[in-house]
Amino acid sequence: MKVLILFAHPAFHKSKVNKILVDGLSELEGVTFHDLYEHYPEFDIDVKEEQKLLSEHDCIIFQHPIFWYSTPAILKEWQDLVLEHGWAFGSEGNALKDKLFFCALTAGGPEQAYQVEGYHNHTLNQLLAPLKQTAQLCKMIPLPPFAVHGTHAMETDEILDHKNDYFTLLKMIIDDKLDLDKVSELDYLNQYLIKEEL
Amino acid sequence: MHDGDFFYQAFVYLSAAVIAVPVAKKLGLGSVLGYLIAGVLIGPFVFGFIGQEGQDVMHFAEFGVVMMLFLVGLELQPSLLWKLRSPILGLGGIQVIATSAIITGLVLLFTSLPWQTALAIGLTLALSSTAIVLQTLSEKGLLKTEGGQNAFSVLLFQDIAVIPILAFLPLLAIAEAGTTVAHESTTWIDGLPIVLRTLVILGVIVSIVVGGRYLISPAFRLIAQTRLRELFTAAALLLVIGITLLMTKVGLSPALGTFLAGVVLAQSEYRHELETDIEPFKGLLLGLFFIAVGASIDFQLIVNNPGLITLIVLGLVVVKLVVLYVIGRFFGMRMDNNMMFAFGLAQGGEFAFVLFSYALKNGVITDSTANPLIAAVAISMALTPLLMLLNEKLIQPYFGTKKEDDREADVIDEQNEVIIAGFGRYGSTIGRFLQANGTQATYLDIDPNNVELLRKLGLKVFYGDASRHDLLNAAGAKEAKLLIVAVDDSEKAIEIIETAQKHFPHLKIISRSKSWDDYFNMLDKDLLGVFREFSDGALRMAADALCFVGLRKNQVQRALKKFRKHDEMYLKELASSRHEHNTFIKHSKQHIEDLEKMILDDIENEAKDKDLGWDTTTIKEEFIPILNKLKEEAKKNT
Repeated sequence: MKVLILFAHPAFHKSKVNKILVDGLSELEGVTFHDLYEHYPEFDIDVKEEQKLLSEHDCIIFQHPIFWYSTPAILKEWQDLVLEHGWAFGSEGNALKDKLFFCALTAGGPEQAYQVEGYHNHTLNQLLAPLKQTAQLCKMIPLPPFAVHGTHAMETDEILDHKNDYFTLLKMIIDDKLDLDKVSELDYLNQYLIKEEL
Repeated sequence: MHDGDFFYQAFVYLSAAVIAVPVAKKLGLGSVLGYLIAGVLIGPFVFGFIGQEGQDVMHFAEFGVVMMLFLVGLELQPSLLWKLRSPILGLGGIQVIATSAIITGLVLLFTSLPWQTALAIGLTLALSSTAIVLQTLSEKGLLKTEGGQNAFSVLLFQDIAVIPILAFLPLLAIAEAGTTVAHESTTWIDGLPIVLRTLVILGVIVSIVVGGRYLISPAFRLIAQTRLRELFTAAALLLVIGITLLMTKVGLSPALGTFLAGVVLAQSEYRHELETDIEPFKGLLLGLFFIAVGASIDFQLIVNNPGLITLIVLGLVVVKLVVLYVIGRFFGMRMDNNMMFAFGLAQGGEFAFVLFSYALKNGVITDSTANPLIAAVAISMALTPLLMLLNEKLIQPYFGTKKEDDREADVIDEQNEVIIAGFGRYGSTIGRFLQANGTQATYLDIDPNNVELLRKLGLKVFYGDASRHDLLNAAGAKEAKLLIVAVDDSEKAIEIIETAQKHFPHLKIISRSKSWDDYFNMLDKDLLGVFREFSDGALRMAADALCFVGLRKNQVQRALKKFRKHDEMYLKELASSRHEHNTFIKHSKQHIEDLEKMILDDIENEAKDKDLGWDTTTIKEEFIPILNKLKEEAKKNT
């Protein structure tokens, strides 16, 4: 399975966690790392090129920090332009059919903050409903998010642990070793690894 | 003629024009009436500054009509002419036939003149005055209306009709004319059999069309390359005079020949320049012509036969008016347009002077018949502006429709909202971008080679100096919304801006500036926008350099935009403070000071202005203690 990572971070030069997470991604076999802000600094997204990229891959990942419970601006623009009717959705829009989709997020706040009783009053999955539905409308198979919580105060070794998990998961996907039935029961993709270990 | 005579005459004519025309215009009478009145005043019957030589002047000044038709032709794309074919043949044909038939009938009915004379009078009086009508209509801005277009069509047909009429008149001779007049105006083809004659005429017409198409543009380009303005003017005049000569030599109407040349050149890149060059000559000569018409009115004759002359003038005007009105109705013209059309064309024309004298020489008509008719024609011509004024002031309001209605509906195919002055590397980039996004512009450029090249690429670029208001006008500055000044020469750019602001105050202007001085000067002109030509290129290059060194592209992009915005704002501040500073500081020193201020300002600006939305410093400060507490609790729990 081939993986396409659409990476969006407008202030990557100030980022700590994402810098570590991203490092080495483009060298992974079977992964295409696509840095949207670097590629389209003027937001001049090349729709045909993006669609071609999508067609060539089987698993699509939005990797980004969570901004205001959503993606950074360029990923929204990307969705608006690239996911065309008749191509991505609609009766004749089957280009993305049966591809896997999930978000690989970093969030400043801890997991506890993303609860109905927590600081943000919603779970992460509730907040990501628009993205999940977007994937469903495009006939993709949405997976729960891979999330790194609490980045505002995170030590480097912690980050490296998360990176390790992320890379392990990616390799499983590439090797087609992910059990989709098991995955669908989870809140976070991170939990899949814990299950496996058990 | 002695030199003294020449200067005396020129002085008389010019002062008459300079005094009478502005007065007439102030009174709302129009320039044509002003010239005519001036002519009457200086003529033999009022002040007598000029005598019978007025007739010679008139012949000379008729050349103004030839020039006018050349200019009219320049305005007419062949496609438009083709669209006018039905009014030209229909309206024009019916008007000439019906009017001459009725006048011939009336002459036969009320006089004892033979039918040949009557027919000659009918044919001659059917023609109207191209000079007076076109000049008056264009002065009132009515040429492009339905009525104006139709009037033009009729006049064009009449100009063509003169040729067969001239050929036909000798056949109507009653008295065996003493002189064999056919030789009066010797042409090259008089001796030739009719077939050859036709062939020669066709050949001349074809050569005008072909020459205009393929020879004139390269020739003008060569001349334009010399960059001598007067040489271009000379060439333009040479063209018109050459065609006039050629047409006269084969017995055709010179007006028609130059009109044809004009139409052929209507698509040439030199069209606007030719227009601008010929225009003043045309204006002067036409003015002279009108003065001569005024001066030639034989008041002695009128005083002796007031009843007869009044009757002829009245009859002539009424018959023509009624015929024109009926035809206009028949062709479905709107009431207001039809009235303008009928009142406009209800006069005898300058061709009457030619045709009557030709008829006299051929023994078709006698002196005693011709003289009152000539006087009547002159009076009817002088009355035309008055009649049109009457129609406008008294009759038009009665119908409630206004001329403006028609003007709005009129779309001139080459009228663009944007004019670009300067179509070199800079202007062409602008032009290409506009064109790629569906906005056509009218392009002006002063470099003939450039114009030629761009026209080969299919762009409608016109040759000419955009700092001349008449050229801007010809390019449609009156209707355009935006003027883009992209010329290379800073002084020229300022000139263009000043001309445009003076003559077309509604026109918004954006301009390219080369140096800081330019930039500041242009800012003072209160334009819609001033652009420093290299600033964007330099900034983009700087941005790429930063990316190459390893900065994130979108970060650099934002920095570029921020820098540019700040830079422009700061320059404007500098510009306004420059006025307060003493202006004696040397420019170079001023530049260094300005630059220093800017750099210092940049540093300060960069420090205080960040993308705060993306900056997590303050969030961290607030939330890290909370996060750490949570972590500790979690540890305790495990």
